[in-house]
Amino acid sequence: MDQLSIIGLASIAISGLTIALGSIGPAIGEGIALARALSSIAQQPDEANTITRTLFVGLAMVESTAIYCFVVAIILIFANPFWNHVITQAGG
Amino acid sequence: MNVSPDAVVLWRWGPVVLNATIVYTWAVMALLVLLAWLATRRLTDGAQMSRWQNVLETVVDTIRGQIREITHQQPDRYLPLLGTLFLFISVANFLAIVPGYQPPTGSITTTAALALCVFFAVPIYGILRRGAGGYFRRYLRPTPFMLPFHIIGEFSRTLALAVRLFGNVMSGTLIVGILISVVPFFLPVVMQALALLIGQIQAYIFAVLAAVYIASGTGAREEKQVESER
Repeated sequence: MDQLSIIGLASIAISGLTIALGSIGPAIGEGIALARALSSIAQQPDEANTITRTLFVGLAMVESTAIYCFVVAIILIFANPFWNHVITQAGG
Repeated sequence: MNVSPDAVVLWRWGPVVLNATIVYTWAVMALLVLLAWLATRRLTDGAQMSRWQNVLETVVDTIRGQIREITHQQPDRYLPLLGTLFLFISVANFLAIVPGYQPPTGSITTTAALALCVFFAVPIYGILRRGAGGYFRRYLRPTPFMLPFHIIGEFSRTLALAVRLFGNVMSGTLIVGILISVVPFFLPVVMQALALLIGQIQAYIFAVLAAVYIASGTGAREEKQVESER
């Protein structure tokens, strides 16, 4: 296999794997956080506003990890420097 | 299909590039200034007020209430920065509904600039409130061993602010762009609605996180703890 094929194969495969693995952890974590928030709202309905706001902030922090994985996957497909390099080499 | 509006270049003067991101940012700025000017042309403090003034008062009051709850201080000092952050990101993401428009927050340059504003605002507000000595002493709490972790934490949370907003907005536009070429007609509309909702949530989260960082930088939490222990 020449350089072009290897880089293309690796980029596509790892891109899919990155986002697949990277979304498992945050999804589970957010589900647990949401469940705890719901039970604490049930225990203290007066504090629902504070709890909801804290929940959203916490979900955003946890979501960041999934976003990092997504950005890496997108870079591998659309803005891949190694792919651009071998393409210019092959074209030249 | 563009991954970011940075790719659409409209003009070039040597090293200075005018791309779609900047033009759309100017458009959002012009729209916000125009709406604000329209709303504040004839301000009254009586019971009769124009609809625009009512909307503006509601928005400003809500933001002030949120800032007061988060920072436990007078919100007026932080209202310009935090209110502008929220309104700019919210309007920039919401205008995605206009065809041909791409949110400038879908470019890492815009979100990095906004995150840098917050990065510099935290020490500035902290020094304004506690003095330079008081602010930098915080980095040595609870022990001087924590100094590198505090510094790394500052940089990483600024990076996280930028990448979070960029990733959410860019993924929205990207999904809609891909779906239009694969399954046109109904599914892209649903994903566009989701992208709009996520844009608003991310605007709120950006502003709230900025408020939380500023509150921790001005030591409001420690003050409140000391007061409640008395």
